[in-house]
Amino acid sequence: MLTNYFPILVFIAIGIAIGGGALLLSRLIAPHRPDTEKLSPYECGFAPFEDTRLPFDIRYYLVALLFILFDLETAFFVPWAVVLRKIGVYGFSTMIIFLLILVVGFIYEWKKGALEWE
Amino acid sequence: MMTDLFTLLIIIAKILVILVPVLLSVAYLTYAERKVIGYMQARVGPNRVGFLGLGQPIADALKLLFKEMIIPSASNPVLFLFAPILAIAPALAAWAVIPFADGWVLANVNAGVLYLLAITSLGVYSILISGWASNSKYAFFGAMRSAAQVLSYEIAMGFAIVVVLMAADSANLMEIVQHQSGGFWHWYWLPLLPIFVVYFISGVAETNRHPFDMAEGESEIVAGFHVEYSGMAFACFFLGEYANIILICAVVTTFFFGGWLSPFQGIPLLGNLLAFVPGVIWFVLKTWFFMFVFLWIRATFPRYRYDQIMRLGWKILIPITILWIVVVGLAIEMRIPPWFT
Repeated sequence: MLTNYFPILVFIAIGIAIGGGALLLSRLIAPHRPDTEKLSPYECGFAPFEDTRLPFDIRYYLVALLFILFDLETAFFVPWAVVLRKIGVYGFSTMIIFLLILVVGFIYEWKKGALEWE
Repeated sequence: MMTDLFTLLIIIAKILVILVPVLLSVAYLTYAERKVIGYMQARVGPNRVGFLGLGQPIADALKLLFKEMIIPSASNPVLFLFAPILAIAPALAAWAVIPFADGWVLANVNAGVLYLLAITSLGVYSILISGWASNSKYAFFGAMRSAAQVLSYEIAMGFAIVVVLMAADSANLMEIVQHQSGGFWHWYWLPLLPIFVVYFISGVAETNRHPFDMAEGESEIVAGFHVEYSGMAFACFFLGEYANIILICAVVTTFFFGGWLSPFQGIPLLGNLLAFVPGVIWFVLKTWFFMFVFLWIRATFPRYRYDQIMRLGWKILIPITILWIVVVGLAIEMRIPPWFT
């Protein structure tokens, strides 16, 4: 069973090796002449004067939070979807009730304006 | 011990057989993009390097290889170099579960769709890490925008995948294709038409392509999260993005357009006449078609505003997918032929 997944592991390793190898190759053959101006953060017309790790818009945080909720629901739906034909009307209606509760929450955040970006 | 080593070598050989065409397609997708958009805008596109400009992608790769890779002094070097690797590795590793023809798949696993969903989700980390590690305003804004956008469309994409699983009764990509056999009208694009449209739009948004490329927004935040990257580090992001586009096209083909199945299956004369064509040809042709649509979309539509992107994702695509879960669920409970028996 798990042997089926071994090629995937090898593939991931090769993917990482390609990325790392490309960077290493570039380090070996590309020129490397750093100076202060070149290494300063990109800015247009003036020297950058402050750190960028400042507080950001709360709505990005909200999106991430809502994403966690909805993505969990997706993970919950996947096994149900695969066995839907075997669990019959009972399994189906149970999940529809769950979906209704989810939709109530979705309508709530919609009405609260959590999805507004004006 | 020897047999273990031998199996490992076989696996590596198989991976190379997948990877080399994928990387070649990535290179020539960049060429095709410039050529197709060129002709759509009444230009010629690249035509200087080699015959018809066919040497252009190779010239580009060599140029990027010999360019200096700058690591900004304000950045966090370890994360800064980790982000491009994280951009390209999942985009390539996802190909492990894509069936190219009947039985032509590296890992025929039952949770293939779940693996695909998981590994493509990793792309958002490379965006966030690169934006944060660069310590540049433009990179940071680009990363925030891009991450929020990718997360939003991933929900619609996840629900769309759930509907496909419901219809196919399996999370194994081979079985999903086999379940669609019976000709053009049996493929899932027809019974799941709204889901197909939602999935394709989400795919365009997931890869940060036009018209959803607020993350790059050349005219305002220069290039978004990879503004500080140069040389091969930039090339990794670039290759990752294009590998993801081809992946999305291959997945759309698998989920909604019958993968390797012939479109003429079941048609009396034509079906028999074209039965000799190997499945992989059909798979490649369908994938090329969707790649062309990606380029076509880029040449046609103007860029969305950020609030419009978020509204489309949250207020239109997600309600459609939730509704269609119920519709398809009911259709399956009632065993509506010919798709949901």
